[in-house]
Amino acid sequence: MANKKLIKGNVAICYGALAAGCDAFFGYPITPQNEIPEKMSELMPQHGRVFLQAESEVAAINMVYGAAAAGKRAMTSSSSPGISLKMEGLSYIAACELPCVVVNVQRGGPGLGNTLPGQADYFQAVKGGGHGDYRLLTIAPWSVQECYEFMPLAFDLADRYRNPVMVLMDAIIGQMLEPVDLHGNFEIREYPKPWATNGAKGRARNVINSLWIDNTVMEDLNNRLQAKYEKARRHEVRFWNYQTADAELVLVAYGSTARICRTVVDLARDEGLPVGLLRLISLYPFPEREIEALARQGSRFLAVEMSAGQMVEDVRLAVNGISEVDFYGRTGGSVPTPIEILENVRNTLSGPRVASAQARREV
Amino acid sequence: MQNVYSRPKGLTEAEFAYCAGCFHSVAHRMIAEVMEELDIIDRTIGVCPVGCAVFMYEYMACDMIEAAHGRAPAVATGVKRVLPDRIVFSYQGDGDLASIGTAEIVHAAARGENITVIFINNTTYGMTGGQMAPTTLIGQKSTTCPTGRDPKCAGYPLRVCELLATLEGPSYIERVAPTNPAGFNRTKRAIKKAFQNQLDDKGFSFVEILSNCPTQWKMSPIESLKWIEEQMTKTFPPGVFVDR
Repeated sequence: MANKKLIKGNVAICYGALAAGCDAFFGYPITPQNEIPEKMSELMPQHGRVFLQAESEVAAINMVYGAAAAGKRAMTSSSSPGISLKMEGLSYIAACELPCVVVNVQRGGPGLGNTLPGQADYFQAVKGGGHGDYRLLTIAPWSVQECYEFMPLAFDLADRYRNPVMVLMDAIIGQMLEPVDLHGNFEIREYPKPWATNGAKGRARNVINSLWIDNTVMEDLNNRLQAKYEKARRHEVRFWNYQTADAELVLVAYGSTARICRTVVDLARDEGLPVGLLRLISLYPFPEREIEALARQGSRFLAVEMSAGQMVEDVRLAVNGISEVDFYGRTGGSVPTPIEILENVRNTLSGPRVASAQARREV
Repeated sequence: MQNVYSRPKGLTEAEFAYCAGCFHSVAHRMIAEVMEELDIIDRTIGVCPVGCAVFMYEYMACDMIEAAHGRAPAVATGVKRVLPDRIVFSYQGDGDLASIGTAEIVHAAARGENITVIFINNTTYGMTGGQMAPTTLIGQKSTTCPTGRDPKCAGYPLRVCELLATLEGPSYIERVAPTNPAGFNRTKRAIKKAFQNQLDDKGFSFVEILSNCPTQWKMSPIESLKWIEEQMTKTFPPGVFVDR
């Protein structure tokens, strides 16, 4: 029998980070992610690795910057208001093309908000968040098992693309208990880091820097970043289709909301309604081609989020007017129930279709 | 013939772009000499600030990281914690260290982080055009206190050595004024001690160098030295604050 442990999502993040070969964790207390620094303070020293509680979120991300510059696998975790404070550092880390992992256990916002679940940091996660043209590769687990398994993936993506990776969760995913198979069967790839500032013994000195006074050099860096993101858009799109083949209506959701939507699909199918779910795993890169293909197949969409409507904008961009995109969301720490969503499914399906099938064929 | 003065190995071939008479060049050179004397160039990682010394990575022959404004002690902490056998220093001006980065320097000191910090205090934001700094003297004019710093509006200058000396973490804190040959020697000795301490695993070492800014002070380099001696040292007395 598999070695299963009943743990919280936040704790699974820690075991996943350990399995991924995370060398250093720097963090700051904020609810609902406190189990991460707490567990890391126990696990990391046990394994001869670095744990440090920073004086602030700002310091924590800059410690990550230093450890990543030194060529080590480094991470931090926080929740919405704390993530806002890390945005300056993330912009620098992305500009310096350093790998690192940042976990955001989203809570209700804006402002201090509350410690209840939220998904309203979507824009901040997938559009950059800090200043300048950069992106965070963003993945969203929907189970405690995935909290464990996505950490090696996150560190691998970070090293492969030399880019910060965000693991975007919410208070439900972080706090819920589920049995997890801590199998540890990960193929951890080692990436050479000849660029690391770890002492110039036997080589020319290295410089980690994001200051480029010459605009053409700065533009070259930007072009290199964009080429990298284009590569990620080709190779790192992740999603899961559930009953979409014949779906007239496809729910689009990620994280805990996708779990709820899966229940909604089953309830709708029981009523004979042709409903499916496209569960997003990678939020950046966004599964735009998959959504477009579903639109061409004739599906319409209902984006469901714990926000006032953020991910739905990317769904609309992907659909590009060839099908209908509706939205249902709860925000500020409220969680949509299956019944609420099902009500919206019924209403949406009975609503008029604006975009014509003709348009879908022609575009 | 004996070679008594040459370019230290701790410097690259790049020419300093600092203004004539500016102490940054002096401080850079002294750090480079110390790295060479201690034979640590190939295992040192320097973290530079935002400010005039933002280009320090052009000049030092060791590995260098350019940090965000004020965050150098946190970046240095990240490096040192994962590479404890390397030598890590940060080099920061007064705006960087004593204003926007106050939290980072205080907590790095409180942790007794085994790093070396070189603090250049010239009472002004040189790079951005001479605005008021956290260390601007009472009555001193700047582009954001054009009639002189008035404590009723702008508060009082921050004495960083004295602040940090209240903590148990630091092993060495000294303020130096390299305005004459004796002060020069004192400064070099302080920098060397601050690096040697790290090699000896003693913990946080901090050297504040009272520095000039002839350009923004609108003085000749000679006048600027006199001003440090006659004005700055009244608010910022040189001395050893911690040595344990």
